[in-house]
Amino acid sequence: MKKLLTVGALCAALAAPVLADTTKVGFVYIGPVGDHGWTYTHDLARRAVEAEFGDGVQTSYVESVGYGADAERVMTQMALSGTDIIFATSFGYGPDVNTVAARFPNVAFEHATGYIQESSNVGLYNARFYEGRAVIGHIAGKMTETNKVGYIASFPIPEVIMGINSAYLHAKAVNPDVEFNVVWVYSWYNPAQEAAAAEALIEQGADIIMQHTDSTAPLTVAQDAGIMAFGQASDMSAFAPESHLTGILDVWAPYYIDRVRAVKEGTWEAGNVWHGIVDGMVGFAPMSERIPADVRAEAEAMIEAIAAGEYHPFTGPINKQDGTPWLAEGEVAPDSDLLTIDFYVEGITSDIPK
Amino acid sequence: MIRLEKRKEPSKFWRIANPFLAVALTMLAGGIMFAMLGKDPLVAIRLIFFDPIFSETFGSYSRPQLLIKSAPLILIAVGLAIGFKANIWNIGAEGQYIIGALFGAGVALAFFPQPGWYIFPLMVLAGAFGGFLWAMIPAILKTRFNTNEILVSLLLVYVAEKILAAMALGLMRNPDIPGFPGSRDLRRYEAAHNAELFAGTGIHWGVVAALIAVIFAYAMMKRHMLGYHVQLAGQAPRAARFGGISPTRLVVICLGISGALAGLAGMFEVSGPGGQVRIEFASGYGFTAIIVAFLGRLNPVGIVLAGLLLGLTYIGGELSQMMLQLPSSAIQVFQGMLLFFLLALDFQTHYRLRLTRGVRT
Repeated sequence: MKKLLTVGALCAALAAPVLADTTKVGFVYIGPVGDHGWTYTHDLARRAVEAEFGDGVQTSYVESVGYGADAERVMTQMALSGTDIIFATSFGYGPDVNTVAARFPNVAFEHATGYIQESSNVGLYNARFYEGRAVIGHIAGKMTETNKVGYIASFPIPEVIMGINSAYLHAKAVNPDVEFNVVWVYSWYNPAQEAAAAEALIEQGADIIMQHTDSTAPLTVAQDAGIMAFGQASDMSAFAPESHLTGILDVWAPYYIDRVRAVKEGTWEAGNVWHGIVDGMVGFAPMSERIPADVRAEAEAMIEAIAAGEYHPFTGPINKQDGTPWLAEGEVAPDSDLLTIDFYVEGITSDIPK
Repeated sequence: MIRLEKRKEPSKFWRIANPFLAVALTMLAGGIMFAMLGKDPLVAIRLIFFDPIFSETFGSYSRPQLLIKSAPLILIAVGLAIGFKANIWNIGAEGQYIIGALFGAGVALAFFPQPGWYIFPLMVLAGAFGGFLWAMIPAILKTRFNTNEILVSLLLVYVAEKILAAMALGLMRNPDIPGFPGSRDLRRYEAAHNAELFAGTGIHWGVVAALIAVIFAYAMMKRHMLGYHVQLAGQAPRAARFGGISPTRLVVICLGISGALAGLAGMFEVSGPGGQVRIEFASGYGFTAIIVAFLGRLNPVGIVLAGLLLGLTYIGGELSQMMLQLPSSAIQVFQGMLLFFLLALDFQTHYRLRLTRGVRT
């Protein structure tokens, strides 16, 4: 271990960039850059970093990197090649980021949606996607005719459970008869399985599909079936012009540019941020003509209220699924509750996989 | 005109030469593909095949990584090859790998946080037993009900994946981190950690086990009666039956060995490089090992070389992505070419092209 450290340090020194003011920025992606979802938006931000700093940065990325040993190896190789800051852009890289960060104290690590911070060079960042889920939940509740919303979920982690709860609460608020069917595909990106999930949900009567996975497959299925759907991460309207209502956008560029600038100026410090609509990290794809004017106005009002801090999507009274109280009247969910949430809210009929 | 002629005996020369030729052709065709993608083909091929071993920047780190990546491939492939020789097709090593990992990790988590020298050996036994058990399902179904072991073993992979997800979410979930799937990190539990035996070399118990398995497999195939039975059953099944070799016994033995070795590989992975039971723990080693077995000509020594070669393309593939921004799918195509060329070239092991004059008779 110690030997590896010295060897590592030696190699890092050997590989120091020729131009002292060129900052090397590495990105580790969980999916392919062509997913048009999560990874695609991170790559858009990578290109924005290049556009911002020009010759001042040199970016590189490795796509479809699995969690565990593979991620550890890719990040170590990046650090060895003299990378100054590494963005690890998936939740599951947590243990790997921290292992590598401990070995390379001079490299800055930024881990998306993570929760483990064991070294002073591991920063965490995340977006309050539940704010966006509240808005699309509202639209879904207003627009469903069968009162059945299909939800394609990836992994049962707080991030995803929080999204389901937020969407459900706001659909239910405007449509007491609404039901959510949740299908877990245990993947962030698996077009075939996502499509199969969408088909199953449609068969069960859903006329609106929401997804917390990254491919465009559910949208194309929705388009073929003539039902409605929401995009994910980037503007996916081109894949389902009639079906696509709107979608939550992941906007990473401002944060990445800010962090790279901090590294260039020598002021980078590990933080732990959770940005929302107000910070510009959560955005919306253009709203479809199909959304009636009044629903659209309500959705826009909700976006404004959230951005202004006047409304929090998790405001009590809210009960847990088993009927026990979670938030009292007027009480707002503390971040610590949300970041570890492992229960559904009252009214959702299925169970979280255990 | 050109005529195809079946060789009386498969050509020994081409059997050995083809893998090398396949690698050369892959470099050539891959190089053309890289050039079409606008990347320097020579740099790309250097990054894939040479830099992981020889580069000053990466070598000291990637050489050990090569062992870590190749060991499970070799361990699984050695077992598969024995069955393949006897025409017993275990396609579900991935599932046996997963179940072996779950058995091994299960033992570790049951003992947590006690210390004890006996915990790791117990995990090894449990891992092998788990893989063996999972392989016994297709074995028994085949011997009892004559089901197809290819289909059954493959479909059991998907069952194993579901069990893995259920374990990561439920029984084996780390109780200290509520809300998140995944077990405790076994690398932080000393009695269960499959650590490096010599710092900085990448050699862990899985690498040692792979070597032992190779030696045993070699001895068995060349010197032991069982090896002879396996080969006979593969080459002349009728003769084997007349010779008193029980097909039932052979199915159980071949699936059992390959299952146990795949289970071992999973156990060494989960307690070492993988670290914990996660939903995404399975990374396709069980399937890639099938390629390794064939690339290595179902020969234990060949499998070692093939495993290292494939490990190299993985690690070098990542390097070339990082340095040249080659898309990961181009690397996958590159790896696919390797098998494609090998299978295509194998044609000339069994056939030869003859130039003949005159009219066909």
